Amino acid sequence: MTRAYVSVEGVSRTFPGHAVFRDLWFGVERGEFVCLVGHSGCGKTTVLNILAGLDKPDSGGVIVDGREITGPSLDRAVIFQGHALMPWMTAEANVAFALSCRHPTWPRAKLREAARAALEKVGLAEAAERKPSQLSGGMKQRVGIARALALDPKILLMDEPFSALDALTRGALQDEVARLVAEARQTAFMITHDVDEAILLADRILLMTNGPDARCAEVVVNTLPKPRHRATLHRMPGYHRLRDHILEFLLTRSRTLAGTPPSGWDPREVPVVRPADVAIGAAETVTPQRALAAE
Amino acid sequence: MSRSTLAAAPLSLAMLGLGLGLWEMAAGGAAPGGTAVDPEYARLVGQAAAQGGQAPFPRPSEIGARLWELLADPFYLRGPNDQGIGIQIAYSLLRVGAGFLLAALVAIPLGFLVGTSPLLHGALNPFVQVLRPVSPLAWMPLALYTIRDSAVSSVFVIFVCSLWPMLLNTAFGVASVRREWLNVARTLEAGRARTALRVILPAAAPTILTGMRISIGIAWLVIVAAEMLVGGTGIGYWVWNQWNNLSLADIVIAILLIGVVGLLLDRMLGAVAHAVSWQE
Repeated sequence: MTRAYVSVEGVSRTFPGHAVFRDLWFGVERGEFVCLVGHSGCGKTTVLNILAGLDKPDSGGVIVDGREITGPSLDRAVIFQGHALMPWMTAEANVAFALSCRHPTWPRAKLREAARAALEKVGLAEAAERKPSQLSGGMKQRVGIARALALDPKILLMDEPFSALDALTRGALQDEVARLVAEARQTAFMITHDVDEAILLADRILLMTNGPDARCAEVVVNTLPKPRHRATLHRMPGYHRLRDHILEFLLTRSRTLAGTPPSGWDPREVPVVRPADVAIGAAETVTPQRALAAE
Repeated sequence: MSRSTLAAAPLSLAMLGLGLGLWEMAAGGAAPGGTAVDPEYARLVGQAAAQGGQAPFPRPSEIGARLWELLADPFYLRGPNDQGIGIQIAYSLLRVGAGFLLAALVAIPLGFLVGTSPLLHGALNPFVQVLRPVSPLAWMPLALYTIRDSAVSSVFVIFVCSLWPMLLNTAFGVASVRREWLNVARTLEAGRARTALRVILPAAAPTILTGMRISIGIAWLVIVAAEMLVGGTGIGYWVWNQWNNLSLADIVIAILLIGVVGLLLDRMLGAVAHAVSWQE
């Protein structure tokens, strides 16, 4: 069996009183962007925290690049929901601090230079000397993105990174992240409950049922061609079918599928659908997840 | 300086002027008449004491003249019982500084440990809660008995009274560092030392500084009483000495100077607190 670059294998997490999710299996291929979509309470953040190493699964494990993870690592950079910048450091110092952890031997000048370069990539060269309190919400999150990307991680983990921003800023940042991730061929995993965000960014979208006992009920392959842009996304053929499919899952099936899985359910063979695949005319084809991974 | 402080300044001056004026008039007339006594006895014990009457309360003008006299030569040395006011204050500052720094060296690292370990916090809390309300002067006899040096004993008393606010504030500040920032440090594999110095310390610095400001305030209150007890040198000793000399003007001056020095100490730490403060 070929194993994905980042492979979540049989992970369960129980909090006192109830299981958040059970026996979760999925993989993220190198260079792939995977989104996890579900309602709050289905344990999305817990999944991300386990991937980040901040939380430990009760059973199962996560393999990254052939090695089981044991805790947090610089190889798995996190963009937090709140920007999580240190307010006593300038934007540049925040990035430089992360870089100094990655490269402990670098002299200060080199750290500064690299931090500047990282901020320039997200269009914040002018704001380098400012403290987070002097930055807008969008700018703060940009610093958070610069900090994570500067680490050149194996996988970028994002926990609803734009949910605290206003719609305009959110749209601009989504385009920005799409560009940055494509440029760096960055492997990425993101938690969101914004359907358009998932369609814009993700190659594959994992749909989680409602908790407790949440499970990944379906994998949606996003076949819309890249690059995708926020402004033109809704005119792409197949976009509406894709969007309707996910919305319909969130509105009804996430609820009706919740609880005990149907008989014969194999958590390692989650149904895979391609709702936007109009070209082939084979929408709603169900292929096992593993067959896809082998493609 | 803000507009309201600017407006308040003349009002402050007016209040000061009015207060001093009333004081000057009220204290003015009471020159004791008294019966005549033997002039030799009067020379020995002082005119006022010989007549059995109270010395008149000094007027602001007299106090001002005496202040000028004291400040004109603050560092003179004429034997162990007659030293300039500047030297006395310097002694007190030295003791406060030594006790306070020692306390900081103990309280801040210890507070760090207590703040990061709920177990240690629970274990140490009963002791802190019992010892904290004890007047530091109650430690004085024990200090004198074990240390056998009055100067060091007063430093120890300062140490004890400075310890608790710094310890509690450091522990609180460290314990309330945002989970988010600690998670960032963890995902960056920052390590214990780097996390402590680059994340926890700056995050808790404003709270720690608040503790230090409380501590130095208490230390400056306590040093006067401690020096009254142990004697020898220091502004507290000087106050008691002037009371024995019945020179009330000097006591008023001491009160004024203690207040000004205490204010300066607080302002110094306030400036440090401002430097390490951060805004979200």
